[in-house]
Amino acid sequence: MSNLLEINNLRTSFLTSGGEVQAVRGVSLSIGRSESVGIVGESGSGKSVTFLSVLRLLASTGRIQGGEILFEGKDLVGMSRKELRAIRGNQISMIFQDPMSSLNPLIPVGKQVSEMLWSHHHAMPKSEQEQHTLELFRMVKIPEPEKRIKSFPHEFSGGMRQRVMIAMALACRPSLLIADEPTTALDVSIQDQILKLMRKLQAEVGMSILFITHDLGVVAELCSRVIVMYGGLVMEEAPIDALFENPMHPYTRGLLASIPSIDQDKAKRLTPIAGSPPDMIHPPMGCPFAPRCPNARGICQTKMPPYTSVGEGRRSMCWLLTPEAPLTDNPFKSGGEVWA
Amino acid sequence: MSSSPLLRVTDLTKHFAVRGGGQRVVHAVDHVSFDIERGTTLGLVGESGCGKSTCARTIIRIYEPTAGRIELDGQDITALTPHELLPVRRKMQMIFQDPYASLNARMTVRDLIAEPINAHHMAPNRAAADEMIFEMLEKVGLTREHANRYAHEFSGGQRQRVGIARALILRPELVICDEPISALDVSIQAQIVNMLRDFQQELGLTYLFIAHDLSMVRYVSDHVGVMYLGQLVEKCPSDEIYKHPLHPYTQGLLASIPIPDPKLARQKTASGLEGDLPSPIDPPTGCRFHTRCPYAMAVCQTQEPPLCQAAPGHYVACHLHPQTDCNA
Repeated sequence: MSNLLEINNLRTSFLTSGGEVQAVRGVSLSIGRSESVGIVGESGSGKSVTFLSVLRLLASTGRIQGGEILFEGKDLVGMSRKELRAIRGNQISMIFQDPMSSLNPLIPVGKQVSEMLWSHHHAMPKSEQEQHTLELFRMVKIPEPEKRIKSFPHEFSGGMRQRVMIAMALACRPSLLIADEPTTALDVSIQDQILKLMRKLQAEVGMSILFITHDLGVVAELCSRVIVMYGGLVMEEAPIDALFENPMHPYTRGLLASIPSIDQDKAKRLTPIAGSPPDMIHPPMGCPFAPRCPNARGICQTKMPPYTSVGEGRRSMCWLLTPEAPLTDNPFKSGGEVWA
Repeated sequence: MSSSPLLRVTDLTKHFAVRGGGQRVVHAVDHVSFDIERGTTLGLVGESGCGKSTCARTIIRIYEPTAGRIELDGQDITALTPHELLPVRRKMQMIFQDPYASLNARMTVRDLIAEPINAHHMAPNRAAADEMIFEMLEKVGLTREHANRYAHEFSGGQRQRVGIARALILRPELVICDEPISALDVSIQAQIVNMLRDFQQELGLTYLFIAHDLSMVRYVSDHVGVMYLGQLVEKCPSDEIYKHPLHPYTQGLLASIPIPDPKLARQKTASGLEGDLPSPIDPPTGCRFHTRCPYAMAVCQTQEPPLCQAAPGHYVACHLHPQTDCNA
């Protein structure tokens, strides 16, 4: 079966007065049907920009500089605005971090949801639109939907607003939902409710979910596959269990080591990743993580490492995994095992 | 005097008038009491709107308390005038959540850190002030070259280091950390937390650490207090909070935390919290949590449970637990 979404060597930049910010520098990835994939990375890793490029929702200074984005086999990069509009919100929808700024404060929420139906299904009679909106409100578990449909966004709590956004995103039964940090602004208790809802909806609707987040805990709860990004590139890709059991990139290892677990030994210090993320106007010549990497050596600073396949559905971009890499002080080659 | 707690808060209450609401008030903090021993950390957790930040700001007298008593180092500071407060403020400082908003964009790092020195006349002249500033910058992991830069030239983590330098330059005894790491990336959070822990050991600091990340709070704190709708509902040593959480709210909060381990996440059976936080303008009668509590009984709707000692050092305000040893 062909992939639902395939991104090949995507490069996106922002042209600013300070220079060209190379936010995405050659990202390739694919998303299958009915799959939930987590995209993990810090701020500035290019995780959001990659998917804003997919829907061409970049700020006015943003440019797709190269690469292709195939959705159901069709290239979105060369598509006209009109063709793209037919896909946006219909086959691919997106929800964002802050539901308050994504909703129009002057229009009742029910109307905002049915607007979605109207814009993609002009022929649908008004009564049917209303019926459908009510159903969507029930689906995302908004209590008293008949009453709440007439409320304005400010009358809702943060969690309820995000439910409205999800209802809107699901209105046209998309095959791909891109969720960009949808729970970051919410409290843990509400985050838990929204994650449960999304898991349930995915099973019901059968869409693919792309979950962009900086929280590895969220990914562990929701996704079957993880893509770790840093410095505008994919660092590592792996099935969920494999990534947590045996991370195959120094950055992923660093990320996992820097979060305390709930039963963390308090006598032990946390292991942070030293330094700060790279400046994307002048990105490092070699591996973007090299300046902060505890295992970095000479070649890492000067030459971009290739991807090494490290098992079923796994790849990692690190010089230590290549066949030429030395065995001493190599965290990935204990016992002299060399990856193909 | 050294055996008394550094900070003692008794029945602290802060209500905000509702604009255009007549006599109606927001019950931001209601009858909160706790002690923090010298050199230890008390973590305060709860959902947004539970009153944890208001509590901190009232303690440091950014807000005027409505009722209650705040004692710092044995001195009652509840009703001090701004003039009398000045020497007290030197002893307690605050680190804020958002290093973007809390640093003046038009001031250099040197001037930002010099501001508290000048306000408290800590240095006889500019050269002495510079000496203090450079020493402090190195302590927080920056260099003296950073002194002439502006806040926008720094990353989030570096900015928070400037915020910490600004708070610690006065050699305070109590530092109130209001979500100091929530705005930072995961890899940077650990850097800041390690640094705060090092300073605590080196300078014998006492922290009031506010956060919504329960695992981080447990890690940095000696004791943890859980707040719900303006009230302290549970208070205990920090290991107890995840080993034996007693309040149904704490249990729900713990169950809501995503587990960064896919195998454990799939095994998770405990369910999180249902519903939203009720309005603090008209908080529910009786136990304020009864509207969301899976174990709510008739008594919970009418009677407010006092904070009682259910196990040694473990206090909980809940009708499910014996109410023999209560401090109310």
